[in-house]
Amino acid sequence: MTSISDPVVKRDHDAKISGRALYLCDYPRDGILTGKLLRSKYAKARILGVDVPELPEGYVYADARDIPGDNNVQMVCDDTPVFTRETAEYIGDPIAMIAGPDPEVVEKLISQCQVHYEELEPTLDMETSEEFFFDYNYGKGDLEKAFAEADHVFTETLRTGHTEQAYMETQSMMAEPEADGSMCIHGSLQCPFYVKNALKRVLGLPAEKVHVYQDVTGGAFGGKEGFPSMLGAQVAVTANKAKAPVVCILDRREDIEFTSKKHPSVSVYKAAVKDGKITAMDIDVKFNAGAYTTLTPVVLQRGIICASGVYNVENLHIRGRAVKTNSVPNGAYRGFGGPQTFFTAETFVSHIARKLGLDVLEFKKANLCKQGDLTATSGKYHFRVPLPEMIQEVDEAIGYSRKHAEYSKPQTGRYRKGIGMSLCFHGAGFTGSAEQDVIKAVARLHKYSDNSVEILISNTDMGQGLHSTVPKIAAKELNLPYSKIKMKLPDTNRVPDSGPTAASRSMMVVGELVRRASIKLRESWIDGEEQVVEEQFKQPDFMIPFTLANFHGDAYPTYSWAVNAIEIELDTLTGLTKVIDACGSYEVGTPIDENIVLGQMEGGFLQSIGCACIEHIGYDSKGRIRNNSFSDFLIPTAKDVPHLKAMLHVVEYPNGPYGAKGAGELPVVPGPAAYINAVEQALGNKTYISYAPISAEDVCEILAKEA
Amino acid sequence: MEAVRFKLNGKETAYEGKATDRLLDVLREKYRMTSVKCGCKEGECGACSVLIDGVLINSCCVAMGAVEGASVVTLEGFRETERFKVISKAFGEVSAVQCGFCIPGMVIAAESILSKNPHPTEDEIREGLSGNLCRCTGYNAIVKAILNAAKEGEGLW
Repeated sequence: MTSISDPVVKRDHDAKISGRALYLCDYPRDGILTGKLLRSKYAKARILGVDVPELPEGYVYADARDIPGDNNVQMVCDDTPVFTRETAEYIGDPIAMIAGPDPEVVEKLISQCQVHYEELEPTLDMETSEEFFFDYNYGKGDLEKAFAEADHVFTETLRTGHTEQAYMETQSMMAEPEADGSMCIHGSLQCPFYVKNALKRVLGLPAEKVHVYQDVTGGAFGGKEGFPSMLGAQVAVTANKAKAPVVCILDRREDIEFTSKKHPSVSVYKAAVKDGKITAMDIDVKFNAGAYTTLTPVVLQRGIICASGVYNVENLHIRGRAVKTNSVPNGAYRGFGGPQTFFTAETFVSHIARKLGLDVLEFKKANLCKQGDLTATSGKYHFRVPLPEMIQEVDEAIGYSRKHAEYSKPQTGRYRKGIGMSLCFHGAGFTGSAEQDVIKAVARLHKYSDNSVEILISNTDMGQGLHSTVPKIAAKELNLPYSKIKMKLPDTNRVPDSGPTAASRSMMVVGELVRRASIKLRESWIDGEEQVVEEQFKQPDFMIPFTLANFHGDAYPTYSWAVNAIEIELDTLTGLTKVIDACGSYEVGTPIDENIVLGQMEGGFLQSIGCACIEHIGYDSKGRIRNNSFSDFLIPTAKDVPHLKAMLHVVEYPNGPYGAKGAGELPVVPGPAAYINAVEQALGNKTYISYAPISAEDVCEILAKEA
Repeated sequence: MEAVRFKLNGKETAYEGKATDRLLDVLREKYRMTSVKCGCKEGECGACSVLIDGVLINSCCVAMGAVEGASVVTLEGFRETERFKVISKAFGEVSAVQCGFCIPGMVIAAESILSKNPHPTEDEIREGLSGNLCRCTGYNAIVKAILNAAKEGEGLW
């Protein structure tokens, strides 16, 4: 290995490519009960009672009465139940679990359960709901003055839709009661300590009696951050009653319909423009939380911190509310609130430029933030903002300026073309002071007498490659062969809590702890002796302390940056669009393995294009998700974007390992705004599209209105 | 006893269950061929891809009765071949494997593409993979790996 960025063959390659890697669904089932959930049929109903069929021997029915501890799945607030309390709050809200040796019998028993409901009026429309879980406000400058002095004032309402993470392995969890009264919970998950902390309360057990480990995990994208605590609690309560191991593997339809997704949003934007500059923004953001709060407050916080985009807006007011509706609780989705508000900010700013008769990109460039500027939360952009160079790189790679000029000319004929560009950042790590005050990450290295070294951290590999990249760091600092560094999927009995695998924090925060621990070990190295070293998180000195009460200070130590350009061809007869070319530049600091980071960027880019057009969850009038399968909830295939190029633009971050910072979430953020921008151009820039995703039917409607 | 007789990874096999049983379930549960993954159980994702008489098929949409007399190949069989070694190396070199859940199906799809067309173009590879969903990679690395495998494995297909 000459450079830390040089690719290695991933450590899980052989097991996965040969099909030998065992995911939870691949375990032998001998002696293990299969659990299935009895779910509410109504979006809101009082549960009056359940007539449970007679259970054959070896089968068990568990509901809220069987919970030894609290009927609460601890995430941020205490409202998400393990099993329904008096009422069901969404279609699919779990009432009980039945488990037994034969999955077919379990299925039949579930269908024979008679639930007595008193149907109640559900709230299904987020735009008319008046119940708010959270209501945040922050700002800076003098809004009134800026609007009074403006040359122009613009307002617009923008919306983003409901999207599913669509990891290929569905949610899967298992619980095994152990002889000493402890419970072992394992499965497909991102954050073992989240599951452990939630299960302690549900089971009423002390920490040492709850043991959690990660199985090989087939993708997550945020979807396995909060949800495994809930499914883990359900199988654990059932296993506790059955005194036998219980596994629950959701089928695809159940997974799409009843697990947390990306929050739909509606935002009202108002901006003041003076002398070609955006001088003020007043933004009202609403996220649809669904039935329970789960991770919504933290998703909303990140969302509203991004709501003014990459622009230097000196006078700002942002309100962010999370609305309760009787729909499936929404939670973490790669990007964590950023995809929603970057779409609305980018689209709004593009529309301002068009309304002023200005070139969209030139207007954006004139308003960009730069190093030293205050952030939305009156923190600081401490480091260089590389967007101007990245815009140029993307322009050169895809021919944006040339194509944009060409497609701006009147187009005739059935097929029309358009190209759009969007810009974004992603704040690396947890919001505000959470790393220091809440997470307090610890990383440990254990050196054995054979001089091999094991990395002990709680961060998971769910496909993103962390367990291939972090050992590179230890190998480099310890001057050891890569193969001498051991690392296993985390087990809470063996690893310290280095925090969740979320918020694009693992490499920047925990990777740096591993680097520092490796230096410590190198400096105290004694051949042939067993040694243990630890490092703890320390907030970088340069940060302006963040207070959540008024959203003031550095929300993030640094930012990753992205520029996307997407070129499309639109069929004015069918409304179908084809992505002809797509190019993204990503600045995530030093890549700790070029292949792995590019793989993250390419995968995220395609996912973001899916979120711009075909990925949309629809509902019927009763609040039931209509498209709960891969037959009607479509994600991109290998044919959909044949030309997709991701490029890395490297600006080293001094507080990350070798200059690395957050990478995982960034690429899923900017796509939709660029896509919509391109569609508008193909439609002759006669229309302002203020929502994503846009379907072929939407395009047909726009064309019909124009005609 | 009556049985469905077929070849599984080259071995004569007699399945004594129902002809209406699902090939995917039988492969996973009866024969423990757990490389064959269940991603959707309705023929959309390709995670359960197998070769039946050399044709790429979603095993979730096949009843056992339909494989009577046929030859079924899963990754458990294919991974013993020289062709697999070339494909594995090519995937490894470009880090085309992320979460891995789609990968057994992708490998079987790669074999299906290359066995019909040893020198495929990028577009032909994308067409050949279009029944196999991957959420992690954006497909670029997988396509590149198959292009590289075609070159490296010259003469094997």
